Amino acid sequence: MSDLALQIAADVRAGRRSAREVVEESLSLIATGDDIHAFLEVLADEALARADAIDRSVADGEDPGPLAGVPIALKDNLCTRGIPTTCSSRILAGWRPPYDATVVERLRDAGAVLVGKTNMDEFAMGSSTENSCSGPTLNPRDRGRVPGGSSGGSAASVAAGFVPLALGSDTGGSIRQPAALCGVVGVKPTYGLVSRYGLVAFASSLDQIGPLGASVADAALCLEVIAGHDARDTTSLEGPVPDMLAAVERPVRGLRVGLVTELVEGTSPEVAARVRESAEALAGAGCAVEEVSIPQFRYGLSAYYLIAPAEASSNLARFDGVRYGLRVDASDAEAMNVATRTAGFGPEVKRRIMLGTYALSAGYYDEYYAKAQRVRRWVANGFADAYAKFDALLGATTPTTAFALGEHSEDPLAMYRSDTCTVPANLSGDPAMSVPFGTDAGGLPVGVQVFAPALGEDVMFALAGALERSAPTKEPPR
Amino acid sequence: MTDRLPEGWELVVGLEVHCELATATKLFCGCPNAFGEEPNTNVCPVCLGLPGSLPVLNRRAVELAMRIGVALRCSIEPSVFHRKNYFYPDMPKDFQISQYDAPINRGGRLELPDGSVIGVERAHLEEDTGKTTHVGGTGRIGGADYALVDYNRSGVPLVEIVSAPDIRSSAQAHAYASELRAILVASGASDGRMEEGSMRVDANVSVRRTGEPFGTRCEIKNLNSLRSLVRAIEHEAARQVALVQAGGTVVQETRHWDEGEGRTLSMRSKEEANDYRYFPEPDLVPLAPDERWRSEVAASLPPLPAGRRAVLAGLFGGSPTQAQLDQIRSVVTSDLDRVVAGAVAKGAPAALALARTANEVAANAERAADLDLDGFSRLLLLEAGGELGATQAKAVLSELLERGGDPTAIAKSMGFESMDEGELREVVARVVAELPEEWDKFLAGDSKVQGALIGAVMRATSNSANGKAVTEELARMRSEARGAS
Ligand SMILES: [Zn+2]
Repeated sequence: MSDLALQIAADVRAGRRSAREVVEESLSLIATGDDIHAFLEVLADEALARADAIDRSVADGEDPGPLAGVPIALKDNLCTRGIPTTCSSRILAGWRPPYDATVVERLRDAGAVLVGKTNMDEFAMGSSTENSCSGPTLNPRDRGRVPGGSSGGSAASVAAGFVPLALGSDTGGSIRQPAALCGVVGVKPTYGLVSRYGLVAFASSLDQIGPLGASVADAALCLEVIAGHDARDTTSLEGPVPDMLAAVERPVRGLRVGLVTELVEGTSPEVAARVRESAEALAGAGCAVEEVSIPQFRYGLSAYYLIAPAEASSNLARFDGVRYGLRVDASDAEAMNVATRTAGFGPEVKRRIMLGTYALSAGYYDEYYAKAQRVRRWVANGFADAYAKFDALLGATTPTTAFALGEHSEDPLAMYRSDTCTVPANLSGDPAMSVPFGTDAGGLPVGVQVFAPALGEDVMFALAGALERSAPTKEPPR
Repeated sequence: MTDRLPEGWELVVGLEVHCELATATKLFCGCPNAFGEEPNTNVCPVCLGLPGSLPVLNRRAVELAMRIGVALRCSIEPSVFHRKNYFYPDMPKDFQISQYDAPINRGGRLELPDGSVIGVERAHLEEDTGKTTHVGGTGRIGGADYALVDYNRSGVPLVEIVSAPDIRSSAQAHAYASELRAILVASGASDGRMEEGSMRVDANVSVRRTGEPFGTRCEIKNLNSLRSLVRAIEHEAARQVALVQAGGTVVQETRHWDEGEGRTLSMRSKEEANDYRYFPEPDLVPLAPDERWRSEVAASLPPLPAGRRAVLAGLFGGSPTQAQLDQIRSVVTSDLDRVVAGAVAKGAPAALALARTANEVAANAERAADLDLDGFSRLLLLEAGGELGATQAKAVLSELLERGGDPTAIAKSMGFESMDEGELREVVARVVAELPEEWDKFLAGDSKVQGALIGAVMRATSNSANGKAVTEELARMRSEARGAS
């Protein structure tokens, strides 16, 4: 769809356009266009009923909220009451949560209309959406390529124009990397800015929910709706939410921006070229841009691939066939557990459970998990040192543009390396977002990443807005 | 079996006590913390461990855990929750949120009534599991047809109190567990009901030749009463001594106490034990009660059993008899010390108030809360003044407990009004005439028959005679008879 969420909401709130009309358009685009397999489940009836309710409330003179009538897609690891939530895993086949995630409640309260649940790498473990039990999502920019992952379905649904907004989750780059590969905006907020209640956990200390949108302003609008303290998540932050939507238009003159050497070197020449151009664009807008090396960034990936699997091995233990989801019967409870998990989890999930179990085992904990936690603190210190000199940091979101389907699927390490640029911000907990900035020679989108200190989302959105305005090709969302 | 090990051997015991905290709601969700409800009715996404759910720590549970810490003279420290990972169907997340190397309470002590002191290594917070029932077949875990799981208990707050290996006899283990239970109840932290599983005890038992280093220990589980605790420790110690004396070695393992068979059975060895893969719980922030909160909790701690016992002992001028010390302990354990103290404050004699409370009042404990202390103390004064005999006073007390009222009026309605002197003399004389042999023995100075004579008078008067008056009349008749001869 061609309209942005801000425009849709303004029109619906003003009664210039009906929510039903908007939602019907979104549903028909999905019905005719989703051979890229962005959606696992489309909720046409519920969405239309919801749209009608919004139209009635407008007719009654009420304000349905800042996202009035905006169709939105949710990654399938966000719990939706009565609606299947599978994490693209066989082990959760048929499970319908009895409750809504906090973000789902907040979107509804803001007038958004949930049109469907999107495909993902199983339990958010992957960078291509190929690790889904129901098959991969294709990149709408080039169907022979992956959309990135793990929020590949959400990124593709926005890039394909099915919806103006989608939610994803980002544990090591799972929002920003597919946003970059699909050419949309993707935000990983400060850890704790958005409640994780109702997000099926992958790695609890790293997971954050965030928006994917066709524009920087739409992403800011959506994040303002879902952000803020939630008593059901004790890691969610108290205190005011940064003013993000207003920041998008704010001048960036005088902001000190560090171009991170490690996030330029080691990327493909074309990605590196776009990132340098984005730095020049910010300099042109009046920022003081300077290159800075943060050597810790080189070590983030190995720490991440111990901490995340360790937490995952524990978080995913509950899928034992006893209470919900898949059960493969066997002679006793323990055998049932083994049979269920053997049949229910895909190979990448099993690999990470084994890695994580090993990293936490007696005799290995200090060598692996504890050491990885020290590296994590060291990476956070690297950010902190840089923020002593800079207001924000800039670099590539991904080492390359979208790779071909199947290109990395036989080589887990090559796949893991595609998270290199995004993982550090998960380790530090600071916010980061990807903004489309030009393409490679083949027309594939390149994303640049803007980083800010914790709760510095306003600065981050101001710079993202500036980048969006100066991006070389302003390809309209399809 | 006795508490005695063969000469030269010493028993070493440490106890791990799990107690459920008396909170209104569970440790990490708002579900009621209640016992005996329909299965799987007190559950929600959090305590069922549903995907996406997150724990939120119950402030009241932290307070009660801190109370336990203060009561056991622990230091209350900044603490961290850890995940203890293992698979079991009644544990919904397949990990238990517990505390590992940073418990909330550390390094305390518990002084037993006999003055001995047992160290307390830690008292940490954790969540309870659900409950599995094996159905059909043998009904045992290995041979059942199927199993049912009730998650009502899942997420109920527990404090695990780990003693140092300072206990040296089964009697001392009993004393420790009962004193700890009394402290838990008195502090309001737990109801301490072993029969309902709200207090559960595991025993680490080892033996050694006196003066040698600790032997290998076995952990004994399934101790459902203090009696089981004592029996299991004695059995296990004897087993270990016999094993070592026969040239064997004790293997570190978990053993199950079989109450019916009266013995412990191997459950799993150390090699088969789980690797719990503890790591900090990322869904909870560290817990660091500040000084203000800690002192508020310390200030709100109700008086503890040891102090309450000392208060009662003080009523005896500091020198109660051993029997009275036992009564004081039982009165404090039954939470009836305020009855004794209240009666004494109203003028009742301490010994009588203690005895009646420890026996008659305690026997009707569910009514004791409503006992009118004024009426109780007046009754005690009637008894002490000889206006009512002991049997009569007990009958009046029973009525006072059941229905309340004025003790004098109750006595009157029961026909316990003192007979006039002439009437009593007549009855005693008649009874004595009917029992010439006993009377002769009594005259000859055999005081053992006195009870029989008094009993006969009481029967003849349907218990309405005052025992003290009867005794006096018998003595008067004896001196009169002696004087006459
Ligand atoms: Zn609950």
